[in-house]
Amino acid sequence: MSEEYFLLGNEACAKGAIYAGCRFFAGYPITPSTEIAEALARELPKVDGAFVQMEDEIASAGALVGASWSGAKSMTATSGPGISLMQENIGYAFITETPIVIINVQRGSPSTGQPTMSSQSDMMQVRWGSHGDYEPIALAPSSVQEFFDFTIEAFNLAEKYRCPVFVMSDEAVGHMREKMSIPNDINVQTRQMPEESPEDYLPFKAPENGTPKMPAFGDGYNVAITGLTHDEKGYPDTNNPKTHSQLVKRLCDKILKNRENIVSFKEEDCDDADLIVITYGSPYRSAKTAVNQAREEGLKVGSLKINTPWPFPDEELEKIAKQADDLLVLEQNLGQMVHEVERVAKSDANVHLFGKIGGELHKPDEILTKIKEIKGV
Amino acid sequence: MVEEKQSPFLKYLREDRLPHIFCPGCGNGMVMNAFFKALEGTDIDFDNIAMVSGIGCSSRIPGYVKCDSLHTTHGRALPFATGLKVGNPDLDVIVFTGDGDGASIGGNHLIHAARRNINLTVICVNNNIYGMTGGQISPTSPKGSYATTAPYGSKDVPFNLSELVVAAGASYVARWTSTNPLQLVNSIKKGLNTNGFAFIEVVTQCPTYYGRKNKMKTATSMFEYLKENSINKRKADKMTPEEIEDKIIIGEFINRQEPEFTDNVQKLDEETSKKPYKKRTAYEEL
Amino acid sequence: MIYINSKLCKGCDICIITCPKDVFEKSKEKNSKDVYLPFPKNEEKCNVCGLCELSCPDQAIAVDKKED
Repeated sequence: MSEEYFLLGNEACAKGAIYAGCRFFAGYPITPSTEIAEALARELPKVDGAFVQMEDEIASAGALVGASWSGAKSMTATSGPGISLMQENIGYAFITETPIVIINVQRGSPSTGQPTMSSQSDMMQVRWGSHGDYEPIALAPSSVQEFFDFTIEAFNLAEKYRCPVFVMSDEAVGHMREKMSIPNDINVQTRQMPEESPEDYLPFKAPENGTPKMPAFGDGYNVAITGLTHDEKGYPDTNNPKTHSQLVKRLCDKILKNRENIVSFKEEDCDDADLIVITYGSPYRSAKTAVNQAREEGLKVGSLKINTPWPFPDEELEKIAKQADDLLVLEQNLGQMVHEVERVAKSDANVHLFGKIGGELHKPDEILTKIKEIKGV
Repeated sequence: MVEEKQSPFLKYLREDRLPHIFCPGCGNGMVMNAFFKALEGTDIDFDNIAMVSGIGCSSRIPGYVKCDSLHTTHGRALPFATGLKVGNPDLDVIVFTGDGDGASIGGNHLIHAARRNINLTVICVNNNIYGMTGGQISPTSPKGSYATTAPYGSKDVPFNLSELVVAAGASYVARWTSTNPLQLVNSIKKGLNTNGFAFIEVVTQCPTYYGRKNKMKTATSMFEYLKENSINKRKADKMTPEEIEDKIIIGEFINRQEPEFTDNVQKLDEETSKKPYKKRTAYEEL
Repeated sequence: MIYINSKLCKGCDICIITCPKDVFEKSKEKNSKDVYLPFPKNEEKCNVCGLCELSCPDQAIAVDKKED
């Protein structure tokens, strides 16, 4: 029988991290994510792990990379302003292929904004916030159960693809209390040591569209890790256009060519729908109610919940854009993921945005009104 | 003159990356030698060391050494090193940084790492200039010295890095110059053997930028300047502020034993779970 | 015996001024990198202190120690 809990979203995230094998947390307090740090400060010593409150978010991101190379699964939790600070070191984690997990409990933005109110302000910030070309992975939980599940999945993806993975929660999910249960069989991806001996091992040589295996410092591999453009040995090779373009393309392809294995979404009632409501994160909760209400009134409405906003599920969007006439995107911002929907679907369907900022969730009847407006009923 | 025998320090370096990029006469090369000589004088296994650095000329040192190394972002070597050391406290972690990397953008991390007294050996190569980016002024540049961003001479009072790190809580702090190689070796050795935050500041020559901007175009003329302007701390402590103004105070600044950060992490784990901290857990089914 | 590695030496002269016994002088011929190498003219004065080996920024000097 699985264990059941009535938990705060942030606490469920911390629990998920422990189950995923996270044994190092470095972070800095920031509302509305602080409960994650506090929970791990209590729990990590109990499982022989380490919790460090660093001096700022920049240091936290750096410590995660260092701890990852020591052989630990590492994580931090923050909000919009903290992500802004971490960007440089996040870029470093991308180019050095270091697995780290970053929880973002999004709040009213920009700037100090609304520390205790929900938003989905950072969707583009995690996609483009650091300098350069790179492909992030981001998951968006809509419930306490999903915050637990997606945190574990984030660790698995980080290990599999050796890159930073974001869990894009929002204050609504982070601070809500719901029942959740621990599944009986949790899949946890452990890190793999390289098969080659240290003499033969090339730290940045990967199989086609794959990921090189990662040793830990002190295992005798003498890996030289740098944020500079590097060759397969890890040695800086900055003045070589070919090295740079091969490296950056490989790092992007690592994610893009494996998109099918990464993307996750939930389609409900889409088969005969002429209007599909697209959500990610907490707006899904209200959307589900609104879609059910619409169906009861005889409207052919469906729901697409995107669990992995990044990499964007292009194929799925292309498919539903051909099925439906109208796509209604719900976001807690003035339009971020809607641009991705437009990019993919614009030529096949009308894309509408119902963006709501200020911290209040979309209400089901507001959504239903919007649906009817679009349909002209 | 026969070219058969190699320098005893070459065996520690990645020979496929030599010659290194440091300018002729740069202080970094000697600091590397001093480090290896110091290491040989301890019981530390070369295979157990890991190096972390930020961005700058001295931060390029780890990339030349045959060990695990992390060449990180500007000013942030210490947080990366903190994560690495806490993650695997059995590693001997050495940090190479500079005056810009360690004291300007990295200043906050420097004081916190010292405050935590985490067991790292930090070698700060202080050449009083930003060499890598072409010779801009540094927070340690002497008052009145010239640089590309101080074309009329610096008006600011420079940092006294060693005193700063002592005040922040480090266990071992020493300052030497390129002209004191033997004392430097000894201090690095002491730093490596210290179970706590060890900070060894080496004031070195940058003939290419600091030297040329300040009328000392050669390494040898900078050497003379360093020698003439160094005063040992024991002597300086008895002199007036006017007498020691603009002088380089060399010597050991502190040598004390305080609780170390990763020891506290271990202790906490043992108190809560009755088991010690476990490293390399990413590879295990837990 | 003092060995100078002509491939690594960058001609900075630090060995010349560091040596307490004035063993070195700058040679008048250039190597393949256009550098005037140091040359242990007064090798007989060398007391094997090892300061040149330790101070050479390019790891271009090796000195036979007394035990060798």
